[in-house]
Order: sequence, then structure tokens, then C-alpha cells
Amino acid sequence: MQGTEHSDFDIRDYLRTDLFPHFMCPGCGHGIALRALLWALHELDISMNNLALVSGIGCSGRTAAYVDTNTMHVTHGRPLAFATGLKLARPDLAVVVITGDGDCLAIGGNHLIHACRRNLDMTCVMLNNEVYGMTGGQVSPTTSNDRFTTTTPLGNHEPVFDACELATAAGASLVGREITLQTPSLKDLFKTALSHRGFSFVEVISDCTEIYGRKNDLGNSTEMILKQKSGIRPESYGNAVEHPFRPGDWKTGILTRVERPEYGDSYRQHIATKQRAVKTVTK
Amino acid sequence: MTNSAQHRIRNLQGNHACALAAVAAGCRFYAGYPITPSSEVAERMAAELPRVGGTFIQMEDEIASMGAVLGASIGGIKAMTATSGPGFSLKQENLGYAMGAEIPCVVINVMRGGPSTGMPTRPAQGDVMQARWGSHGDTVVIALVPASVAEIYSQTVRAFNLSEQLRVPVIVLIDEIIGHLVETVEIPASDTLVVTGRKWASGPAEDFKPYAINGSDIPAMPRPGAGYRTHITGLTHAEDGFPTQDPAVVARVMTRLLGKLDHHRDLIDCYETVACDDAEILIVAYGITARSAHRAVHQARAQGLAAGLFRPVTLWPFPEQALRSVTRCAQAVLVPEMNGGQLCWEVDRICAGTPVSRLNRIDGESITPDQIQQRIIELAEHAGH
Repeated sequence: MQGTEHSDFDIRDYLRTDLFPHFMCPGCGHGIALRALLWALHELDISMNNLALVSGIGCSGRTAAYVDTNTMHVTHGRPLAFATGLKLARPDLAVVVITGDGDCLAIGGNHLIHACRRNLDMTCVMLNNEVYGMTGGQVSPTTSNDRFTTTTPLGNHEPVFDACELATAAGASLVGREITLQTPSLKDLFKTALSHRGFSFVEVISDCTEIYGRKNDLGNSTEMILKQKSGIRPESYGNAVEHPFRPGDWKTGILTRVERPEYGDSYRQHIATKQRAVKTVTK
Repeated sequence: MTNSAQHRIRNLQGNHACALAAVAAGCRFYAGYPITPSSEVAERMAAELPRVGGTFIQMEDEIASMGAVLGASIGGIKAMTATSGPGFSLKQENLGYAMGAEIPCVVINVMRGGPSTGMPTRPAQGDVMQARWGSHGDTVVIALVPASVAEIYSQTVRAFNLSEQLRVPVIVLIDEIIGHLVETVEIPASDTLVVTGRKWASGPAEDFKPYAINGSDIPAMPRPGAGYRTHITGLTHAEDGFPTQDPAVVARVMTRLLGKLDHHRDLIDCYETVACDDAEILIVAYGITARSAHRAVHQARAQGLAAGLFRPVTLWPFPEQALRSVTRCAQAVLVPEMNGGQLCWEVDRICAGTPVSRLNRIDGESITPDQIQQRIIELAEHAGH
């Protein structure tokens, strides 16, 4: 693992700074996640001309516009669907999806599980802040138990989704999770995901200080992030079957890595083989 | 007839003709979801696209299909999906995105009736208004409505041409009867087929504005990878592609967007007239209903009644001027439709001053020539008094 040593990475090289000031609230973890992603792209030397950043709706969705690349801010929950068409049409482009817990797991849940199943070569970054921030702080599929939101005035009683378990079960060939405390670790996870041939899913535990932290007395951004750190459980701790998931008790690092055929490769190969076979039979 | 011309004459089902036309028009990406009565379009595309190096994918739902089509189109590939009523409802979300972000795409809708699931295997012309107003907000869209298998072929090709040239979603409304009808079609030789593409952005990437108009009111599209690094969004955006709420800018860009088809009506308008010059009883009918109306007009003429048929091939925007020009002698207008009455509202608006009456069937059966002829007789008698 590397990352803390000197780096020639300057985030300003990758941003549309003419759009500043940006819309994110002070203390929001999304900016840290975006920095780590751009740092990873920088270290992998991925050309901004050949990158497509596809995002959905919500705070996560709005982050993409700040990156100086081919950016597509699409409909709510649908970035994986757009990205699927784009990647199949243009295998030469590196495709990264930025989505949120509501965008990806609620309205876009169906697209997530099928994107995992197909294993098309792209990276899906899910910024999990446990809340619908853009719309004012409603409960999401990842809101922790008993937390207050504008639509859970008595505290959240609903079970919580573990996005990484879901992605793994649906067939994602690389799945990982990190918090935003150690940007180099997050950057390294992004590098692994971006270098992986197939569908990679990275969950970033972000923090919404303004409308979620405040409502739940979780402290300022630093306090929220430190609380996340006390709740993480590195992968070396054991697997999820032996140690069942508990909210706030996040497993971090690379959680799943399997080699299986990439969708685009297998589609093209399958067609080439079958068409040859058909031609031989008809001769 | 030459050998090659004979070779190009085929017995084709409407839905298959649609798929073959799409491939001939340069479509190389199809994403869809199975739905009666349109599934043969997908099945044929699944067989045809691999042969020409294209990609077929069956997505997890109708919404994803439309999203994937737009993703492929943004990537620079001509893309299409096909569906029917309930699926068409689900397409509306991303169709609105295509209208706002000006992403070319073709959507085939082999219609049924409704509301809701309706009668999946019965014919109806249920989506005339959904095609025009189905997505929220103000919309900009072209809808074509063929009346034969041969016309499904020619109008599907035209749908791609219009969509690519004008950067607008084009919907082809097909009747179930024609989608499943087998008719003789002469496939145009590839060198006679008019296939037009999209205008790609060229020139310096510095200060490039993806929605700025230079000479034409249809902006050239930046191809990802060509170095323009632009932003595409469903939010209301300025010429630079980024969201704006500046009232002056919004008024300017929205006026262009909603009016952009107005300047291309010569390209868009398409219709057929039958015996309209002296027509006192004018029928306005489309799709399979127009075929019944055509026969009814001939029967009425044989009886000495001055009946005529106006058949829109481009349904939206409606060929308004053309219809107005054939209503000079009209004393009555009749709009037969296989729905509860949809296009009749538009016809009523255009033919202000001439009484417009309806003939509707909502029982899953087509309107017969005799039904229309009977109404022509009644209208003629009424007009004569």
C-alpha cells in the first residue's frame, strides 16, 4: 500500500474550478471521496478525454459536474443503465458511475443488481451518507436504526441495507468499502476497483453533517468521521457469515474479488464463436 | 424487373420490417424489454445486430432499456428500443431526458389500449396523446404513424434520420395489426436509401459550448473522447451545458428547445391525401384505421358522395397547414380512431368552424370500412339539409 508519500497530484488539474463555489455543505464527506477518486485516476494515468463520469440525482449526482471530463448527470437511479449503454457502445471509454445510497439502493436498486450480475467493465462508486440530502433529509435504505430524519420523526425502525453484501450476492466481481478518514486508503481502493476488469463496486461511508448529523447529535464532521472509524472492522477481522453485519459496524477494505468473464468481452467472443459455427453448418 | 430487384422483394411481418429498417438506417444498438405486441422487434434485432457488429441487450426493465439507449447514443451509436403501452409509460422518464439533453433516439411503440395493462394482444391506438405529452413538463418530440408494412420500413428509416439530424426523440407508433401483418415489401437497394447522420462538433475544444447554435438551430454534438469534455444534464442548462436558473438564459434556451422543430417542418411534415380537392366530407385517419377509411372513401365516391381522406404519416407535430389546406370544401370532418377519442381534439382545433365528429372503437376490434362509409352517408345527409 502506498499513498502517504509525496505525490504530484493536484486536484485543481481535474476540476472545473470556474464552477466554484461548489454546492456541497461544509463538512460533507463527498468532496473527500471525489478527491480520492481523482487521485486514483491520476495515479493510473487515465485520460480525462477518455473517461466518462455518469451520475444520478442527489448530492452524489451533483459532484460529477465539477470534474473536467465527459460528465453525464442523468435521471434518478438510472446512471448504471446509461453507463451500460455507453460502455457497450464505446468499450474504449473508461466508465465510472457516481451514485448515492438512495439513487443506487432505492430507486436504482434493480439496475444495481443486474449491473453486478452482468459484470460489464465499469466502476460504481456509491457515496453513502445514510440520508436523502438534496431533498432535505429523508430516510434512506442505509439510514441506521433509530436515527431521526424528516420522514422518521420517531426514529428509523426499518432494516438497513448492506450495499456491499448486496453487490457481492448479485455477482459484482470486485467489492470494497472505505470511510473518508484515510484518503490514501480510499484512493488505493479506487485504484484497485478502476484496474479491475469487470464490474467493481465501491461504497464510501460519507457523512452528512448539516441535515443528518445535526438532527441526530452526531457532532461536527471530524467527530462523525472519527465515530465511523471506531465503527469500522477491517476485512482481516473475518467474514460476514461468522460476524454478521451490525449497523455502524462496517467491514472495510476489499471485501470481494473474483475473476469472471467481463460482459463486453464475453458478448463479443460468444457472437464470434457462434457465428463461425452457424457459417460452418450452413456451408 | 432485374434479379436484384426481385431479390429485394420480401414477405415481411411489420415488426420484422421495423427491425430490418433500423439496421439499414444504421442502428447498431438495441436495448429492450419483452412486451406484447412488440417483442418481435427485439427478437429480430437480437438476430440481426450481431451480424453487422452491433450490440443487442435485454435489460432488466423498460426504464433501464431507455437509459441504455441514451447512453449508447451519447457514445455516438444510433440506438433504438421498442415497447408497447405500459412499457411506453415507463420510457417517459428517460424520454424527457432525451428531449431536454437533445439525445437522438428512436422508440418503437406497437400500441395497445388502456388504461393500465389493457388488452395486450388486441389492437388499439391508445398512445396518440402519450406520444405527444407523455413526459412531464413541456415536451419536444416527433411521432410517426405508418399504415403498412412497407411504410413501417420507410418510416423507421426516416425516424432515425430525423432523430439524428434534429437531435430529438422520434417515436414510431405502430398498430398491432400492422406490426403482426405480413405484406410484400420491396426493400430499397442500399445505394438508394437515404441515411443521414448526426452533426458532430468539430473545431477547437477551448470554450466549446455544446448547446450553442452556430448557423443552425440544432447544435452539433460533442463525441466523448474527442476532447470536448462537456457536461450533459437533465437540469435546465445554458449553452455551456451547465445548469442555470438565470431567467433570461432559461427563457432563451427553452424558447429555442421548444421551438426547434418549427423551422424544420418541411423535413418533418408527411401526409397523404385521397380525393381531398373537392371533399365535402373529410376523414382524418391514421395507421390501420386509415386503410379502412381509404376504402370507405372509394365506396362513398362510387355512390356519388364527395368524401376525401387526409392521412397524417407524421402525427406529431401535426401537419396542421396541410390539413387546413384541404378543408376548403369540407362541410363535415370525421375522425375514426381505435381509442376513446384522442386525435379528434387536435383536428377539432385545426378545423375550427367545421363540425368535427368522432367514430371510436374501444372493444379491441378495428374500425371497418362499412362503419366509416355509414357515417359518411349520415354526415352527407345532414350536410345536405
